[in-house]
Amino acid sequence: MSESKHHITGYGTYVLVWLGLLALTSLTVTVAGIDLGNFTLFVALTIAAIKSALVINIFMHIKFDEPIFKFFLLVSGATLFVIFALTFVDYSFR
Amino acid sequence: MANGNSAAITAKSFYEEGTTKAATGIRSWIFSTDHKRIGILYLISIAAFFFVGLIVGILMRLELIAPGQTIVDAQTYNQLFTLHGVIMIFLFIIPGIPAVFGNFFLPIQLGAQDVAFPRLNLLSWWVYIIGATLALISIVLPGGPMDTGWTFYIPYAVRTGTNVSLAIFAAFILGFSSMLTGLNFVTTVHRMRAPGMGWFKMPLFIWSTYATAWIQIIATPVVAITILLVIIERYFGVGIFDPALGGDPILYQHLFWIYSHPAVYIMILPAMGVVSEIIPTFSRRTIFGYKAVAMSSLAIAFVGYLVWAHHMFTSGMSETAQWIFSLLTYLVALPSGVKVFNWVATMYKGSIDPKPPFLWVMAFIFLFSIGGLTGLVLGSLATDIHLHDTYFVVAHFHYTMFGGTGTIFFAALFYWFPKMFGRMYNIKLASLSAGLFFIAFNTLYFPKFIMGYIGMPRRYFDYLPEFASLQVVSTIGSWLMLITVVLIFGNLIYSAFKGKRASMNPWGGVTLEWHISTPPPLHNFHEIPTVKHEPYDFSQLKELEHDS
Repeated sequence: MSESKHHITGYGTYVLVWLGLLALTSLTVTVAGIDLGNFTLFVALTIAAIKSALVINIFMHIKFDEPIFKFFLLVSGATLFVIFALTFVDYSFR
Repeated sequence: MANGNSAAITAKSFYEEGTTKAATGIRSWIFSTDHKRIGILYLISIAAFFFVGLIVGILMRLELIAPGQTIVDAQTYNQLFTLHGVIMIFLFIIPGIPAVFGNFFLPIQLGAQDVAFPRLNLLSWWVYIIGATLALISIVLPGGPMDTGWTFYIPYAVRTGTNVSLAIFAAFILGFSSMLTGLNFVTTVHRMRAPGMGWFKMPLFIWSTYATAWIQIIATPVVAITILLVIIERYFGVGIFDPALGGDPILYQHLFWIYSHPAVYIMILPAMGVVSEIIPTFSRRTIFGYKAVAMSSLAIAFVGYLVWAHHMFTSGMSETAQWIFSLLTYLVALPSGVKVFNWVATMYKGSIDPKPPFLWVMAFIFLFSIGGLTGLVLGSLATDIHLHDTYFVVAHFHYTMFGGTGTIFFAALFYWFPKMFGRMYNIKLASLSAGLFFIAFNTLYFPKFIMGYIGMPRRYFDYLPEFASLQVVSTIGSWLMLITVVLIFGNLIYSAFKGKRASMNPWGGVTLEWHISTPPPLHNFHEIPTVKHEPYDFSQLKELEHDS
């Protein structure tokens, strides 16, 4: 779209984010080997959430986009959070 | 109301003018991007599948007319109830009202010329047909039709030799059709409203279709992913759900119901929207509590998202989860109650005209109230333990889905038929069929409440002698139902070709579809209207008569 503002992200940023994602992936693998008890899943999900935030914001350009897209993403994210929370009402109390 | 105005009489209808190169013939339909033609395509395909599902249902009831094997063996019976469920749920009742009446009337009621993405709309019908074809192919391929029940519960769905993978892949494809329709409707409602059509001037059918569209978009991907996981598990033996492979079968139930419970609201919300259209028109009164009815649609969509695990009270879930989901389930009764009380209040002191659509709505309120209240019995933990997986659940489900959405599918058909086809059906026969439907429905399903309460399990091919008399009553009900459905469609199909020409506004409705000629022209409006009135302001009727 010609009238919308284009934000150009430098290659440097992309490479940095990519390296960050790789680092977080190796962190996930490392943490999987440690027994954290009830926190295992929580830690894995937190790392995954940080990774998807990076991808969505930088690679998918949502950070530089219109607020309406952020709102829709927020709705989906909130829905996902509610689904997780309610499912864990079962798993955490078995 | 007088017959259509002079402009309306001379204007070409959408039957005479299309969007395709081919002016007539099947190509002018199956490649048309006109929302009205797509609505009718959906109507024909959905009605065809409804008949298949109905015949399968009749065969099941026939098998159950006497204890022991009657017409089919146990394995075939398992396949029949699975087919009945899959066809009725995925091919009839989920797409039903939004795809047929939403497609046809949502743009018109908004004052738009089409939906926001007409080609995507056509694609969604094609995707529906592809999914349906795959489901049908899975019936005839070696291995035979799936026998898991429409819920595809694990571990059985991973281990059975029947064609589970293809059938659930069909459900995966059908999910895309549903999501595309949802996307289209949300965008249309946001972007295509006519000048003056503020959010709170939209007809309530739009509000409910809008709320439904959101569930279609947000919930359907969950089942799509779950289905893929089941297929991966079946082909590659990855232990996701099957406990023998280290998986968790309750996780499957969570994921399945995270979609399938909101799907129940995909089924019922548009029906509630239709009720909110029909009651004001035939009571000649504006809807009581417009904002409450509109907001209750959103509230049902929202709360309905949080109650899925009430299907799993006996599955071995934690007790904490059980009471939380039971509590949340009770909350759904609040917005549902808001709707029912507002509908009844709308009729109070109205000038009621008991034409067929109104009679169908009366049947709906009665049947749906029974369905809703028995839902509370099942939502309560103690009684659910007793009634879970019995005929009580089957009866409750049919009262809400068939007595609810199915009844309103017919009501909508009788309400909008003159506008869609430009002809009027036989009113007396339509009223008679509404009465007959009510009798047939209760004969067919009410005995199931009693049988379930005294312990008849669902999905069983055989039963103990004490259930015999009630089973016979229910089977007789199924024959009555068949006669009723033949009467309904016989009347409508005959009238679509040979009926008397319908006027522009046969019922005296005031939403925008009643302001345009019958059947509507290709672009709905010669010029985009400016909306000045509240949606159910019947003082407009005088203006409309004046225009005519």
